[in-house]
Amino acid sequence: MSELILTRNFHLPGSHTLALYRETGGYAGLEKAFAMKPAEITEEVKKSNLRGLGGAGFPTGVKWGFLPKGHPGPIYLVINADEGEPGTFKDRYLLERDPHALIEGMIISAYAIGAHLGFVYIRGEYVGPWRIFRRAVEEAYQAGFLGKNILGSGFDLDIIIHRGAGAYICGEETGLISSLEGKKGWPKLKPPFPAIRGAFGAPTIVNNVETICHVPHIVRRGAAWFAGLGTKTQGGTRMYSVSGHVARPGVYELPVSVTLRSLIDEHAGGLPNRRRLKAVVPGGSSAAILTAGEIDVTMDVDGLKNAGTMAGSAGVIVMDETVSIPDALMVVARFYAHESCGQCTPCRESTGWIYKMTRRIIEGKGRKEDLDTILDVARRGAGTTICAFFDGAVGPYISYIEKFRAEFEALIPK
Amino acid sequence: MSAMLTIDGRKVSVPEGTTIWEAARQAGIEIPVLCHDPRLRPVGVCRMCVVDVGERVLAASCVRAAADGMTVQTRSEKVERCRKTLTELLLSDYPADSAREKTTGDDLLLALGRSFGVRPEYLTIPRGDGRARDVSSPVIAVDHAACILCDRCIRACDEIQHNDVIGRTGKGYTARIAFDLDSPMGKSTCVACGECASVCPTGALTHKPLTAPIRPRAELKNVDSVCPYCGVGCAVTLHVDPAKNAVVLVDGRPSPGNESRLCVKGRYGFDYALHPQRLTVPLIRRAEFYPKGPLSGDVKGDGRRRKPGGLVDYNEVLPAFSEASWDEALDLVAKRLSEIKKADGPGALAGFGSAKCSNEEAYVFQKLVRAVFGTNNVDHCTRLCHASSVAALLETIGSGAVTNVFGDVKNAEVALIAGSSTTDNHPVAATFIKDAAQHGTTLIVVDQRETGIARHAHHFLRINPGTDVALYNAWMHVLISEGLVNREYIAKHTEGFEALRETVKRYPPERAAEICGVPADKIREAASVFGRAKAAIIFWGMGISQHTHGTDNARCLISLALLTGNVGRPGTGLHPLRGQNNVQGASDAGLIPMVFPDYQSVEDAGIRKRFEAAWGVRLDPKRGLTVVEIMTGALEKRIRGMYMMGENPFLSDPNINKVRKALAALDFLCVQDIFLTETAEFADVILPATSFFEKTGTYTNTDRRVQIGWKAVEPPGQARLDWEVVSEIARRMGYPMEYVTAEEIFNEFTALAPSYQGLTYQNLQPHGKLWPCPDPERSDGVQLLFGDGFPTPSGRGKFVPCEYRPAAEVPDSDYPFVLNTGRLLEHWHTGVMTRRSRPLSTIQPEAFCEMNPDDLAAAGIPAGAYVSVSSRRGSITLRAHASRRIAPGTVFIPFHFREAAANVLTNDQLDPVGKIPEFKFCAVRIDPATA
Repeated sequence: MSELILTRNFHLPGSHTLALYRETGGYAGLEKAFAMKPAEITEEVKKSNLRGLGGAGFPTGVKWGFLPKGHPGPIYLVINADEGEPGTFKDRYLLERDPHALIEGMIISAYAIGAHLGFVYIRGEYVGPWRIFRRAVEEAYQAGFLGKNILGSGFDLDIIIHRGAGAYICGEETGLISSLEGKKGWPKLKPPFPAIRGAFGAPTIVNNVETICHVPHIVRRGAAWFAGLGTKTQGGTRMYSVSGHVARPGVYELPVSVTLRSLIDEHAGGLPNRRRLKAVVPGGSSAAILTAGEIDVTMDVDGLKNAGTMAGSAGVIVMDETVSIPDALMVVARFYAHESCGQCTPCRESTGWIYKMTRRIIEGKGRKEDLDTILDVARRGAGTTICAFFDGAVGPYISYIEKFRAEFEALIPK
Repeated sequence: MSAMLTIDGRKVSVPEGTTIWEAARQAGIEIPVLCHDPRLRPVGVCRMCVVDVGERVLAASCVRAAADGMTVQTRSEKVERCRKTLTELLLSDYPADSAREKTTGDDLLLALGRSFGVRPEYLTIPRGDGRARDVSSPVIAVDHAACILCDRCIRACDEIQHNDVIGRTGKGYTARIAFDLDSPMGKSTCVACGECASVCPTGALTHKPLTAPIRPRAELKNVDSVCPYCGVGCAVTLHVDPAKNAVVLVDGRPSPGNESRLCVKGRYGFDYALHPQRLTVPLIRRAEFYPKGPLSGDVKGDGRRRKPGGLVDYNEVLPAFSEASWDEALDLVAKRLSEIKKADGPGALAGFGSAKCSNEEAYVFQKLVRAVFGTNNVDHCTRLCHASSVAALLETIGSGAVTNVFGDVKNAEVALIAGSSTTDNHPVAATFIKDAAQHGTTLIVVDQRETGIARHAHHFLRINPGTDVALYNAWMHVLISEGLVNREYIAKHTEGFEALRETVKRYPPERAAEICGVPADKIREAASVFGRAKAAIIFWGMGISQHTHGTDNARCLISLALLTGNVGRPGTGLHPLRGQNNVQGASDAGLIPMVFPDYQSVEDAGIRKRFEAAWGVRLDPKRGLTVVEIMTGALEKRIRGMYMMGENPFLSDPNINKVRKALAALDFLCVQDIFLTETAEFADVILPATSFFEKTGTYTNTDRRVQIGWKAVEPPGQARLDWEVVSEIARRMGYPMEYVTAEEIFNEFTALAPSYQGLTYQNLQPHGKLWPCPDPERSDGVQLLFGDGFPTPSGRGKFVPCEYRPAAEVPDSDYPFVLNTGRLLEHWHTGVMTRRSRPLSTIQPEAFCEMNPDDLAAAGIPAGAYVSVSSRRGSITLRAHASRRIAPGTVFIPFHFREAAANVLTNDQLDPVGKIPEFKFCAVRIDPATA
């Protein structure tokens, strides 16, 4: 068993309290951080090979480096806790069981990027996690970890918690910013990217909960240590949300170099009832599906990319032989048709249209050209929209059909 | 900085920040779009304009800035395939009968489909997402199935017109546009400006045909013109079906004034000209209908409640007249007017011209009265709108026109809107004010009603009716005591400051608050916001002018501007928003009893000499009577013969019961109009005139912009041009007027009016010119007046201090409410035109009064019930609407409705200087209507 970092306290009663967090070494990294120059922290994060764990896998330190130098106005840190990717539930655990880790991570990250105001955008359905996190923020204020002149460092940070209202698109960073600004959660045109012009027009860094929770450990134990936990291009561990047909579904923190096979068979206890594996979605619903024969891949960003899919949010959905892939695609297609914000025409029209087509096939009314038409529409819409939502939807559309085409064809009347 | 990029192999250099789409367009490469319209903020949602810039994803060219060294492919195979798929997807559930294709024929999506060779059968999926048609608006057809969610309409509604009605409902594939909270369009707060339908690229939002079928613009005759309604003077293109002799569609033109924007009247209110009640033959009153009197029930004032719709019943009035030939009618007019002149002297004659007519018509009309009748008894409805403003402006700054155009509000740091329901009365000017308010201009609105423009105000001061002087005196008190005045400007450009200071000293905010009802701290706040502004502009409307102290109100606003030096620079100025389409021009052309064309005094011997030389006759050296004085004169038999061109004083003048007697008392009345108006019921002769669309002429808008409206259709029957009829009467009265074209008249007028010098029909095309225009070949005219002094004898602007005086008739226990009258967005003045426009009268069919719901409740009157509103002068019956935008203790009644004419109630007391009646204030009583 490898060392647990983010989840080390999850089993302890009261892990969400300030007292326990401090007892187990929490907030100890702050003093070291404040002794460093902000740029040194950014450099350390760069060297650690920490990559964004919300889905895109972008190198965190590089993202911070995009901020304009010597910016005269405010800079904001926004935490994306709108965990909406189907099959993903790791951030929820962090908010519920170790909220102070996020707060400490935010303090150090804000210090590094020069922000004095941090927003935490929490998924609307996460009522329990929100309550716990809100309490933790209150505790942190009372203990002097938030507010003015934190620990006598002269550094100020305030945190505003903002709750979402149930739209998947608000997990997209610019959709999230729009929503945070009080507007309808529509993704924004890029460029400019948020680091240049983000929330309320100010330079903004948007990071995932888990990503930021890693930062105190990197500062305390060094970039080399963190980088050494992972692969050449991605450092550290990450939290895998494993669901579906496994014996022990749940959240598993493992080095990113773990293989999908090991994750399913060793950590999650394999498939129950002696059923055979049929397919796995390795990184949340937007990741392309893998067949049973394709699971000998490492779960880091590049490993899965090379396998033609993506690490995404590390939501691993395991499907055994009883699953109908066309049914699964219909569920996914319905989801994307429902959650498309509707702003860009290709996404709005294609998601709705592909859902209807999939439903038609499942209802036994498909035509033989339908499958190729779906593939065609999906491919041609990809890469034409404001945000990556449709590109995410294209992953399942194409992979489900291409890898399990016979199953679809069997449903189409001859 | 410029960016050099390569588009489809072509090198293009554009200023930094230019979009790829624009750069390509400049290079002659058209990139197809759906959501993009150069008038709208680009949003990049349709993705039709995507191009390949060598990145992982394609970029939307309408929003992506061109960058130095960029290589762009606008038609690569990948790009073309994306566009084609997009078109196919959109067409897959597009209705078979696009309303746009069926009318203007310019459905952009279908055109794209054709260009991509889309097979309609491809991708066909079952239709029906609850997307339905919505026919609830009388002017705009909505077909949700044809909507491609390009959001053009939303941006047009929110960002051009600032009406904020259209939005989206739902998300993803079930998203639709929605009006308010998804109401049918006709039941929503939509004001039917039609901006949405004018920008929509598909069959989703289209103009409904109003007169004849709408056809592609290229198949119609396109005539440059201006809007016939308000003083904003929006430039329009009239699309005419010559075979049907009808205007079928109106588009806004991209002129500097309105930038293609229109309101409901300008865009849809053109069908009145085809109304079956148009007068087409001269009419002479039959002998048995003497002695003269009103003919229809409404004009008689028999008090019977009538159906909504309120048009005159021609069966009631036409039997009183017999048809006549033009010669017969004109001879009779000339004979009777000449007889009166001979018997009772020129002073027994009078003429009312109209601010609806052109400069040329106004000019020949006043020339007829002055040179042929031999009197200065010529006036028009400006007397009833801004006479007091003009009097104050002439007195203080030596010029009665605006000092800056309304569009310059965008450069103002603060804009004060005083007594103007701009969204109702100057809707398109209001869009520019709303624009400014959203982009950094602080908007201060002062009104007794919470008007539409008040919704956009940063500071809204609700004042008690008729207390403006107290408020602005306090405002100036604060400016002076807090040192927020422009001492340098006062010293250099003004006179009378000391007297002003002494007067306003007596108006501390606390005292003013007691009078005007605005809390003292709000007065201080607004004054200080205004005083600190680097540039402030002042707009005002009838709420300022239509009082017995209207001149004082205007003087205060002028003092406010002089005190702070807010004249003559960008973003500053005095702008009385002029009412009628040509009220500025009709005044410029001399339809005013005190002055010849261009405000040249009739009492100045030198000036008179010049006009006598030009017109070849002796002219009356005394100023003439004003509108209400002429009516009083008629009643007293001092005025015996009148000629009215396009005026309807029966409904537009105060105290109708008195007007009725006055009109009946006239020995002879000739009315020239396009419909048989209420006033015409008292006529001896009625002459059928041409409507706006049937003649060529120039019109001067509130900005001083002189524009040409070209003839678009033929007049009906025997109707004749107004100036032609005037000339005929002159000729028959022994004075030759031999004009052949309107242009000839214009040239004669400009030769006598220094402000218009240099303007010609040639250089007025295509967008008109602002007067004065010293260099018409190269310039648009002078936008900012008085940057360095004023055309007063001293060259200085004059402070005229004013004391607060209450209105002439204040409420008491018998008449406890204050009546305020005004206009509605959809109607124009006495409703002669708009109530005969089907869409406009459908939207606002009937008379009503608006009251505060608490007052209605206290009187035990349910909202929507009929009430009787009475003043000391008369009583009317109409529906009561409840509205919190009306202050307790006050009643608002629009004056358009003949069946319940607000002017039955109003007070004909006049402002001593401007001679304007107090339309905005009289005491009334409210009672439940008897059944």
